[in-house]
Amino acid sequence: MAEPRTASTPSTPAAAPARPAERAPEPAPAGAPASGAARPPLRHRLAERGIDRMLLLLLPAVATLIALFLYPMLYGVGLSLQPRSGGIFANYVAFFTDPYQSGTVWKTMRLALPAALFNVLASVPIAYRLRGRFRGKRLLTAILVLPVTLGTVLVADGILRYFGPRGWFNRVLLELGLIDEPLRLIYNYWGVLFSLIITGFPFAFLLVLSYMSGIDPTLERAAATLGAGPWQRIRRITLPLLAPGLATTFILSFVLAFSVFPSANLVGEPADETRVMAIAAYQAAFEKYDYTMASTIAVLMGAFELVVIALVLLWRGRMYTGHTGGKGA
Amino acid sequence: MSGGVVETVRPRDGFHALRMEGVTRRFGSAVALNDLNLTIKGGEFIALLGPSGCGKSTALNCLAGLLPLSGGSIWLDDRRIDTLPPERRGFGMVFQNYALFPHLSVRKNVGFGLAIRKVPKDEMRRRVDEALKLVELTEHADKLPGQLSGGQQQRVAIARAIVIRPRLVLMDEPLSNLDAKLRLQMRTEIRRLHQSLGLTTVYVTHDQEEALALADRIVVLRGGRVDQVGTPEQVYTDPVNTYVAGFMGYRNLLRLPVVSRGGDRAVLAEPGLRLTGTVREEFTGEAAIAAIRPDDFRLARGGDGAERDGVRITVEVVEFHGREVAVEGVTETGRVIHCRLAERVAPGDTIDVYAPPERVLVYGPGGETGE
Repeated sequence: MAEPRTASTPSTPAAAPARPAERAPEPAPAGAPASGAARPPLRHRLAERGIDRMLLLLLPAVATLIALFLYPMLYGVGLSLQPRSGGIFANYVAFFTDPYQSGTVWKTMRLALPAALFNVLASVPIAYRLRGRFRGKRLLTAILVLPVTLGTVLVADGILRYFGPRGWFNRVLLELGLIDEPLRLIYNYWGVLFSLIITGFPFAFLLVLSYMSGIDPTLERAAATLGAGPWQRIRRITLPLLAPGLATTFILSFVLAFSVFPSANLVGEPADETRVMAIAAYQAAFEKYDYTMASTIAVLMGAFELVVIALVLLWRGRMYTGHTGGKGA
Repeated sequence: MSGGVVETVRPRDGFHALRMEGVTRRFGSAVALNDLNLTIKGGEFIALLGPSGCGKSTALNCLAGLLPLSGGSIWLDDRRIDTLPPERRGFGMVFQNYALFPHLSVRKNVGFGLAIRKVPKDEMRRRVDEALKLVELTEHADKLPGQLSGGQQQRVAIARAIVIRPRLVLMDEPLSNLDAKLRLQMRTEIRRLHQSLGLTTVYVTHDQEEALALADRIVVLRGGRVDQVGTPEQVYTDPVNTYVAGFMGYRNLLRLPVVSRGGDRAVLAEPGLRLTGTVREEFTGEAAIAAIRPDDFRLARGGDGAERDGVRITVEVVEFHGREVAVEGVTETGRVIHCRLAERVAPGDTIDVYAPPERVLVYGPGGETGE
């Protein structure tokens, strides 16, 4: 905070932290006596509108956002509109007319949507049980969250061993006589889905748990005294208050799952069933060296995500999203 | 208020008596409520009074079914109810933070219990309208709770609890989040509803004034045990021990040497102080505690017939309270005396005050004096 000291005396840089704020308005009246007593100093008028030195705290974030996000994104959009041949939309036309490329949209959706949905829905009962305080909550939460710290590669390795034809999962089912031959659960759609669930669940769970903790537990108790049984309390009180949080969690989980890349390669079938959009973009960029097409696919990934997000937000907009009475709200 | 309102909101099935027998609740090794025995008659207004941690909220939650009992039983006439879940007890409860459902309109909040009971639409509408009228919130029916003031939210909470025609209304410090003026207003409102609807109410509070003003009977709790059960008059004028006395505004609790005993009178004295009091608690020994309310002190004038009794104090602080002043003074032995006097005195004055023997309550030396 060295820059904003222009107006005040530079001789006391070590003044108590509270003082510069008190003293700050002083130089302004001295500098603007001509404007008359009726008009408060400019600094005050700006502060009334929320413009003061505190805004400088935003500077690093804004700079980072522009340099590392906004500029590359606009650059990518520009790149996608400069195809190697044809008009400016030629890449987009090519993507949608080639089933090999356009099919990746569906392949990505059918992985990301169920994975995000499952992660959100599976989090609800667990978070419901774990809200409030009890012994061992931190340990249990830590165990549930552990997979987030594991890399995708480690998870993929685990999946290959566990769900493989000779893995425990199949061996148990075979021993129990539930199946006659091993289920094919790796190097295809299922492997990638399991991977997305294992790595995405902790994230969704933590979010849902914090939303759940934000709901005042007295509300359910009040509903109970009014005659509502356990299921009615959940359906009429907890779920409606939780739903906006679930929508948000779903969006974030979906975005995470939509950009799936490593596990689609490692435990999926990247040539066919799990050739997701990220793989298509990667191949365009690093196998065909067509950066314009890669950019096009990346832009389309964003566009399809935005469509899903918009639909969810539209649904969320119809819900009560205010105060839920708890400490977290 | 029209007669119709009373008829539709009045509890359908009353009861003769609700009995709590040896109700005990432990949290781990801590005993929050120990062997509470209490019979509540239908139509009665009971206040559970005590400081935080005395077990009053625990008792209420046990009644509501929100906390299982560690021991004892609760009976509604001949039916044992402590094993029923809260939703099957049919008691209305008003929570300290109101616990209004934030996503439902005022109308739906009030109608929640009726919707759960699958009351037909027209009847539900009529009863909700009447309950809202009763608490004067008709024009706010379609707002969300967040758009209401604290007092209005409080009234929604009350309407929501009484619209189901509960056999028993439980209130957990319902006024503690309101400002002073509103609190007085709502206090009258609660008593009015209780009387006009013939409700049976159990009311938890830490405010003795609230308890005295509202209740037919007061239960004073301390550390999970009952110290005294009685009418406001009994508890106020005749507390059973110094703890209850202290809670009832007997600010002067003085541990003093006993000079003489005769019948139910005792004389306590030390230099600069002599009090004749009424013995409330048997004791043996040389010392006892005198409990005196500040407003029972009078300024002693020469030849007032109180020349032998009296306390000489040097005035230290004088607070203006309109018709009276609240005086804090010290005796020559350094005891702090609180009194309320009609006369104007100034800090530094030396005055003599006395209290009539029937208003000086003498307890055994073992009690609490808050010193």
